[in-house]
Amino acid sequence: MGNNGSKNGHGQDKGELVIENVTRVFRLPGAPSCTALQECSLTVERGKLTVLVGPSGCGKSTLANIAAGYDHPDSGRVLIDGRPVTGSGRDRIMVFQETALWPWMTVLKNATFGPTMLGEMSRSDAEDKAMVLLEKVGLKDFKDKYPAQLSGGMQRRAELCRALVMNPKVMILDEPFRGLDVMTRELMQEYLLKLFQQTGLTMLFITSEIEEALFLADRIMVMTNLPGTVKTTVETDLPRPRDYQVLATERYRQIKSQVMESLYEEGAKIFQRLDGIQDLLGNCQASSQP
Amino acid sequence: MNPYFVLGLLVAAILAVGAWQQKKKAALYELSWGVQIFKTLTGRHFLLQLAGFAVFIAFWQLTVKTFSLPWFNRLPGPWECLMEWLSPDPAYGISIYTEDYYKHILFSTYRATTAFLLATLLGVPLGLLMGWSRKFYQYSFPLVELIRPIPPLAWVPLAILVLPGDEPAVIFVTFLVAFFVTTLNTLLGVESIDESYFRAARCLGADKQRLLLDVVLPGAMPFIFTGLQISMGAAWFSLVAGEMIAAQFGLGFLIWDSYSLIQYPVIIIGMITLGIIGWASSAVVRSIGRKLMAWRERELYGSGQSG
Repeated sequence: MGNNGSKNGHGQDKGELVIENVTRVFRLPGAPSCTALQECSLTVERGKLTVLVGPSGCGKSTLANIAAGYDHPDSGRVLIDGRPVTGSGRDRIMVFQETALWPWMTVLKNATFGPTMLGEMSRSDAEDKAMVLLEKVGLKDFKDKYPAQLSGGMQRRAELCRALVMNPKVMILDEPFRGLDVMTRELMQEYLLKLFQQTGLTMLFITSEIEEALFLADRIMVMTNLPGTVKTTVETDLPRPRDYQVLATERYRQIKSQVMESLYEEGAKIFQRLDGIQDLLGNCQASSQP
Repeated sequence: MNPYFVLGLLVAAILAVGAWQQKKKAALYELSWGVQIFKTLTGRHFLLQLAGFAVFIAFWQLTVKTFSLPWFNRLPGPWECLMEWLSPDPAYGISIYTEDYYKHILFSTYRATTAFLLATLLGVPLGLLMGWSRKFYQYSFPLVELIRPIPPLAWVPLAILVLPGDEPAVIFVTFLVAFFVTTLNTLLGVESIDESYFRAARCLGADKQRLLLDVVLPGAMPFIFTGLQISMGAAWFSLVAGEMIAAQFGLGFLIWDSYSLIQYPVIIIGMITLGIIGWASSAVVRSIGRKLMAWRERELYGSGQSG
């Protein structure tokens, strides 16, 4: 795969997303301030699928929101191809945890909303482009349905199409498959990989599941618990195209144990911080011994 | 206006609507038309509806006529009212064959419709604006909340003083109630829109105007139409109150006038007519809402697809 930032066959500009020393502190009246991100730096390389894993509540979504421009860091900055980001923009399309298809538009209307609204494309051009994508994810026959008529997995796929139609430089996916059942989730991961391989888009994928991270990633970054920052980076040099055969390989197990070790250290920290609970656990163990 | 012609027209219209719905249902269940009509007429649903009416009329008959209870016995019985209503030569001058009856209906309908349309035209944009702009909300919400609880009848003297003639005064009073209902429901509708719909639109590059047109308006639509149905009903009841005080025609006037003239069956005729028209006007608003929100209809009743 060409990673040199030139235009690929689809005419898409791949971008490089750099997060530089980003700190974000949440201050709420009547509560101690919470440092969600502390001097967090990472680089999402051009045309690569970077996965950010971390225990839930570690500041992953805060990072995603800052990268997408919905939230602003207290210090540090976000760069796309060297240019600082100031707000949300169409060069970075975000796919959210919860489905955000507009229920009052059909699938096709949802997918063509971006290009037609900006007046960049005529309606028929936008529809042609959207149909190519919808066909790839198996939604061709559902183009005139409303979101409520689709299953959860179909809604997620339609949402991927809506994002991809925009030719974003970077796609940010914040736990997009959460809440789907296991089967659908695995299917969605395969769809995403297919789309990634066909477009070669730069992607930042956020998840709390190791298997998902390993299956998808070129590179995995493990986040520390609050305050969040990148702890370790693991290159996932598993061959592409990947399918579920990859789960059985020795290399997969090696990488997995590497990531897990790092992740469990973070998970354990949550409990260490909750001293009271640990004491309680200790007491329970002591009292249960004969 | 030939009265027999009007009666025939009314019955034909009701039958046509009923038949059309039966046909739709028959198509849905893949039944023949006749079988579907038979099923509806003998169906539990229909019989229960019929039973409800029967209980009400029986209560009326028993209290007023059969036992002739004190106070109740001043009222006319159901049969008396029905006969008066359908009489070509009514004792008190109002029946489906008299021109005056339709004149009252026409006046009331005209006032209620005008007030309702005005309320919609002003209330929906105001509600959208209040939900869309924080600043505008802070300006206007306290004022709206302060004026809203004032009952419509309290406005009548002011309306008569300020507005030229009785007609605008009655319409104004009717309008007020409908207006507040519409505004507040629209505001509620905007506030109920999921934040993720806004984020998704902004992410795709939508500016404030596009957000208003493509997210705020369609997203608030279900609440707007709930509001419009309530506002239609509210328009009718404040209209009647207004008409009782300041009008020369209209169903409210008719009811009040008949009370003064001790023409009790006419009161009942006026009330039943109000019930039918009020129900029909809400049904019209509801069906327009359904047409406009096909997406929601599907959301509520059966999606069927999976995969």
